[in-house]
Amino acid sequence: MSNELEYLSRRVAAGKLNRRDFLGRAAALGVAATFANSLLASAAKAEGPVKGGILRAGMQGGAATDSLDPASWSSQVPYFFGRQWGEQLVQISPEGEPKPALAEEWGASDDAKTWTFKIRKGVQFHDGKEMTPADVVATIERHSDEKAKSGALGLMGGIASVKADGQNVVFELKDANADLPFLLDDYHLMIQPNGGKDKPDAGIGTGPYKVTVNEAGVRLGAEKFANYWRDDRGFADQIEIIVINDATARTSALQGGQVDIINRVEPKIVELIKRVPGVVIRNVAGRGHYVFIAHCNTAPFDNNDLRLALKYALDREEMLQKILMGYGSLGNDTPINKAYPLFTEMEQRKFDPEKAAFHYKKSGHSGSVLLRTSDVAFPGAVDAVQLYQQSAAKAGITLEVKREPGDGYWSEVWNKQPFSASYWGGRPTQDQMYSTAYYSKAEWNDTRFQREDFDKMLFSARSELDPEKRKKIYADMGQIVRDEGGVITPMFNDFIDATSAKVGGWVDDGNQEMMGGYALSKCWLNA
Amino acid sequence: MSSPILKLIAQRVALGLLLLLAVSVLIFAGTQILPGDVAQSILGQSATPQALANLREELGLNAPAYVRYFRWLGGVLTGDLGTALSSRQDIATAIGGRLWNTLFLAFWAAIVSIPLAIILGLLAVRYRNGWIDKTISGLALASTSLPEFFVGYLLVYFFAVKWQIFPGISTVYDGMPFLERMRAIALPATALTLVVLAHMMRMTRAAILNVMQSAYIETAELKGLSPFEIIRKHAFPNAIAPVINVVMLNLAFLIVGVVVIEVIFVYPGMGQYLVDHVAKRDVPVVQAVGLIFAAVYIGLNIIADIAAIVANPRLRHPK
Repeated sequence: MSNELEYLSRRVAAGKLNRRDFLGRAAALGVAATFANSLLASAAKAEGPVKGGILRAGMQGGAATDSLDPASWSSQVPYFFGRQWGEQLVQISPEGEPKPALAEEWGASDDAKTWTFKIRKGVQFHDGKEMTPADVVATIERHSDEKAKSGALGLMGGIASVKADGQNVVFELKDANADLPFLLDDYHLMIQPNGGKDKPDAGIGTGPYKVTVNEAGVRLGAEKFANYWRDDRGFADQIEIIVINDATARTSALQGGQVDIINRVEPKIVELIKRVPGVVIRNVAGRGHYVFIAHCNTAPFDNNDLRLALKYALDREEMLQKILMGYGSLGNDTPINKAYPLFTEMEQRKFDPEKAAFHYKKSGHSGSVLLRTSDVAFPGAVDAVQLYQQSAAKAGITLEVKREPGDGYWSEVWNKQPFSASYWGGRPTQDQMYSTAYYSKAEWNDTRFQREDFDKMLFSARSELDPEKRKKIYADMGQIVRDEGGVITPMFNDFIDATSAKVGGWVDDGNQEMMGGYALSKCWLNA
Repeated sequence: MSSPILKLIAQRVALGLLLLLAVSVLIFAGTQILPGDVAQSILGQSATPQALANLREELGLNAPAYVRYFRWLGGVLTGDLGTALSSRQDIATAIGGRLWNTLFLAFWAAIVSIPLAIILGLLAVRYRNGWIDKTISGLALASTSLPEFFVGYLLVYFFAVKWQIFPGISTVYDGMPFLERMRAIALPATALTLVVLAHMMRMTRAAILNVMQSAYIETAELKGLSPFEIIRKHAFPNAIAPVINVVMLNLAFLIVGVVVIEVIFVYPGMGQYLVDHVAKRDVPVVQAVGLIFAAVYIGLNIIADIAAIVANPRLRHPK
């Protein structure tokens, strides 16, 4: 009982449930009204930020090979730690809007080619130096340099020049881009002293926490930076990240009270964890999705009827329930869902063996279709493919499944073989998602979806500053991918984290797991 | 000590070194045939072909394999294990801390398990075929038969989650107070003890029982010595060689075979270090760790051999 009541009382305090409903639910749980009222009072009191203490996270996704150099980040732990000690010019809010961070404000020229960012004054780096526009310029330069091997290099390609102009930094773009502020939120683009050119892995930034412990793949720690410039985050005195790659160990560490927050709770054990007193599941819909990708330019997948047949032959509902235990939402054969800005709803594609059989027959294909999968393609990918095999069989399509080793899957199978299982983490904007994987010339166009008209729409949407017009173009693009693309999207997965009941300040943020990466900065420990 | 024994020992050591050289070839060859590509694994999904080519050039991956082998061997012989590809750290320094952690855990697991196994073995012999013997053997066998990750999870469930006596994750770090460190390794050390206990215990029991059939034991009995005296003075010294052998084998396991336990308890030792780098295709680190593991294994076996030789009076006092 206590667990659900705890949860409900916090919902009230957060304004997501009204008081009357709460008392009603409490009564349904067999709790006396007086007790329920007192619980409510304590939850309301607890909702204000509490300062002090050590907030600890236990996380999957760290290794001894991690570094503090933001350019090198590709896995969860270094990225998440970076969110606490570093800051970018712009940070995307839980609602998905770009908000000022180290840039106070910004504006674009009418052609969306020249962008001016006003850099905040009086912000200190952890080494005591003041952050200047020159540091910003140097940071962007470093990530644009091939030699730095930055993960953000692809994003930097569109930037022609960056210059400091007094307190401003001016970006000149090669092509118009209405989404530049979104790009600058990228987690690699932490502003470092002199752009990190002197010592990229020094771990010095402007964030609320100052790095004190850096044992890659084991333990990372930081203490509150005394001169931090804003007061809406950085409540705990110290934060600590313990790398726990084993899922069972992670859960037991949370239960045993050694950590306060964990990431990646497996969908199949969520229902069990929910029943543990003192543990709260925090799941939020994100932009990450699972995919089966068919190369549009390789036989037999170059036939759109075959692709449609494969799309209709997939029972998305069943897969969502059995693989994600319902912790996700249905995919609609595009990489975009309602978590994206400027999203337009389309008719949901359903499992339809008759239509599948119709298109299959029309495609003229005979024999089996080879689908490759692996444990690493996405969690449950091997089981998912078996479900797909069964639903396809109902439409008279024979899927031949080949299970590939996890080692080398990303270098040998994904983006190489014509039909395979994979996943995408999602991007902050539709433009970025489509540019990364659906633009004709993109390195990662893993469905070999190459259409000039689509590329043109992509460019025109990118340079369009009017949101309504952009939205319309994105709706048309979504329709094309849904009906003619090579991507088969069974579902979007929720981010499932868990915290102890003591953790306050949690808000749902679908940008990334762990509250968009800000959990340790924005949460606090209730006494 | 006389020269035949020295000669024997020298032979063993030379053989061990030769074996180590052979292992180094195997390790090198093995890492070459791993699927995937180092550069791709380092840069991950975000690699552009240009960045891949640059990195490959920089890492010297374009030289032929035998050239790279001799370069590597030369480095190892001069104490230079190279630099990790992924983090650019000096491997020798990075391994130092991890190796120390592994040895620390192995040491305490050994301190508990070896005397315990031998004492239990002696007790089992003393009360052989009685209920004490059967209980000891049964429990020890049961703990060994369970897979180590299951033993680990059981310990975590009861001691960390249910009763919250010991921490379920054993993160240790430099400058950690000794007592806290001991508390942190309590569960993994217990799990390791349970895993290696039975093997040593059963071998001790069998070796001593074997000796107990000898005529001189009967003589000792007839002299009126107490059963414990007989075991301590007459049986155990003569059974020491096989016991040392099995103890060394288990010691080696405690150092090189603890990957699973380290992952379950999140213990920052060599095993986890190795796994992390295998995943990233960080070949120099994998090679270095592989070689260290092989050296430990071979070294401990040489010690076992030598101890067996030294413990044998016929070899110690040749006619």
